[in-house]
Amino acid sequence: MTVQSPPTRPAAVRSPHRPRRVPPAVWLIGPSILFMALLMGWPMVQGVLQAVQNEHGFTLDFIRQMVEDPYFWPAVRNTALLIVVMIPLQFGIAIGMALLLRSNPRLNKLHFFVWAIPLALSDLAAGLVWLSIFNDRGYLNSFLKGLGIDGVPWLAYDNQATLFFCVLIAEVWRSTSLVLVIVVAGLQGIPKDYDEAAQVFGATFWQRLRHVTLPLLKPSLQVALILRTILAFQTFAVAQALTGQNFPLVVGETYRWYTALQNPNVAAALALVILVASMLTSIFYLRALREKGQGGTR
Amino acid sequence: MADISISHLVKTYPGGADRATDDVSLAIKDGDFTVLLGPSGCGKTTLLRMLAGLEYPDSGSISVGGRDVTYLPPNKRNMSMVFQSYAVFPHRKVRYNIGFGLQMAKVNSKEIERKVQWAADLLQLTPYLDRLPAQLSGGQRQRVAVARAIVMDADVLLMDEPLSNLDALLRLTFRSELKKIVKDLGTTTVYVTHDQSEALSLGDQVAVMRKGRIAQLGDPLDVYDAPADKFVGGFIGSPPMNFISAAVTDSGDALRVGDQNLHAPSMLRSFANEDIVLGVRAENIGVATDRSSGDIPATVLVVEPMGSSVLLTVDVDGQSIKVQAPPTFRTSPHQTIWLTFSPNTMRFYDGATSMALEAK
Repeated sequence: MTVQSPPTRPAAVRSPHRPRRVPPAVWLIGPSILFMALLMGWPMVQGVLQAVQNEHGFTLDFIRQMVEDPYFWPAVRNTALLIVVMIPLQFGIAIGMALLLRSNPRLNKLHFFVWAIPLALSDLAAGLVWLSIFNDRGYLNSFLKGLGIDGVPWLAYDNQATLFFCVLIAEVWRSTSLVLVIVVAGLQGIPKDYDEAAQVFGATFWQRLRHVTLPLLKPSLQVALILRTILAFQTFAVAQALTGQNFPLVVGETYRWYTALQNPNVAAALALVILVASMLTSIFYLRALREKGQGGTR
Repeated sequence: MADISISHLVKTYPGGADRATDDVSLAIKDGDFTVLLGPSGCGKTTLLRMLAGLEYPDSGSISVGGRDVTYLPPNKRNMSMVFQSYAVFPHRKVRYNIGFGLQMAKVNSKEIERKVQWAADLLQLTPYLDRLPAQLSGGQRQRVAVARAIVMDADVLLMDEPLSNLDALLRLTFRSELKKIVKDLGTTTVYVTHDQSEALSLGDQVAVMRKGRIAQLGDPLDVYDAPADKFVGGFIGSPPMNFISAAVTDSGDALRVGDQNLHAPSMLRSFANEDIVLGVRAENIGVATDRSSGDIPATVLVVEPMGSSVLLTVDVDGQSIKVQAPPTFRTSPHQTIWLTFSPNTMRFYDGATSMALEAK
């Protein structure tokens, strides 16, 4: 009897004619990587260099100039204050609205559409609309006058509280819809059964929100938080339209240094501040929301 | 633990033309295991969801233990439920999932720990208490859902097709386990299923539903043996009950099936000269290869050996009938065999209304 040789495994045999191909993944992400590198990566590197380099080499002059400017610290303070007040307010409103939509009221598609409209609006246009409401002879003061109340100079330069209030209202109106859209999408991805199970097992509305809905919504909230905070650091056009330089914000300062003061180096230094702040908060959110979880498998 | 009394429940879903439940009334004794059985769309899940408070009826009322709960929100009803999808919270460990209801009720943590341990032992989940649901198999997740429901000391335990997502073997083993657990617990249970074998094996009483109404309510064996109408007979049993067109003779003492005569029970006297439908289960028809008195001939069309029996499809004067023969019975297509019908297993239905006939 002859011993049969074991059958050769087809996988082990490489066809010599098989051409080496570029993996499809490279074709898919290649163009965007190239695009990002050319249009974002390179300018970013240039921007950083511009902030810390003059014709003689490395220097901290521009950063010193930025910090010593009388508008710098007010701008930092205003931006931070805006973020600290606006983000929780926005998330509260957006989650509330999303839960209202989930309860399936009549015309809920229409409500969602109307609530999402600000998303489609240019921020400068939004700022101008709110300017027509808040200026001394704007809609708000006319309305108050109609009620027999004296108008308030909402946007007066010496009234920082009302300036902040106006920018906050306008920004919340303009940008909450982004959070809403993300939260609504997230809620739609959570099967209703979890909420129903929690109801049957005796959970009240707040218990369900705290123990079931919000934890399951965490991935969406994380995305929305990072996006909104980064965008909030860049708040500019609305505040510019409403207050000019009376309520300075960091990006507004960048703009002023670049255009009015013709100093791109200090403008780049300010941009660097925003970049670093955005990166730090993103890392903070990613860490904070991960560690609270119950293990890493989800 | 409590009895349930459902009366005249009507529910129409917004946008739906038909009533999901159409004037349903049902009484469930304390500690009873009631199965709502029916094809999809018959209203059984709607009825269960109204019991849970996840839907509210348009009219009618539900009372549990004498308390009207019709429009009470779910969290105030003291019920627990096993969901078809399990609905085990994916972000929390098994331990937390089982104790969820107790924690919501602010039971002290020692007591929660003790009860969770008890339920985990009962359902063989102890080794998995510190795992996340994603790390469990489907069968284990199902056990978590059951454990979560039984720790609650609820008045009523609701189950919505809890076994339908398990594979066939697991379903069979878990079914008997579930029956024992619920029996020992003694809680009033309402169980929804479309699987007739689950209904017959689990229930103290079975409510067969069709188009939003209860077609028959009774002991599982009664429902099986004496279906109240053709729908119930056709829905329960595998193969379904045979329905054979027949006519009662002038004298009322014989039943004509095609050209054959069968001895008619005395209750048919009052239906002399009327067309009726004879209902008989496949396993209640006797078979023989040779003629003896009272038998009617049939031609074999299909022979399907099932292991424990042989399923025959036979033709009696143009009507096709399923017959369950003993496994040793040998026959082949085109052969003629003789069938015996015993009077106490024959059921009679009105051809027009499909309802069971009662002596006039």
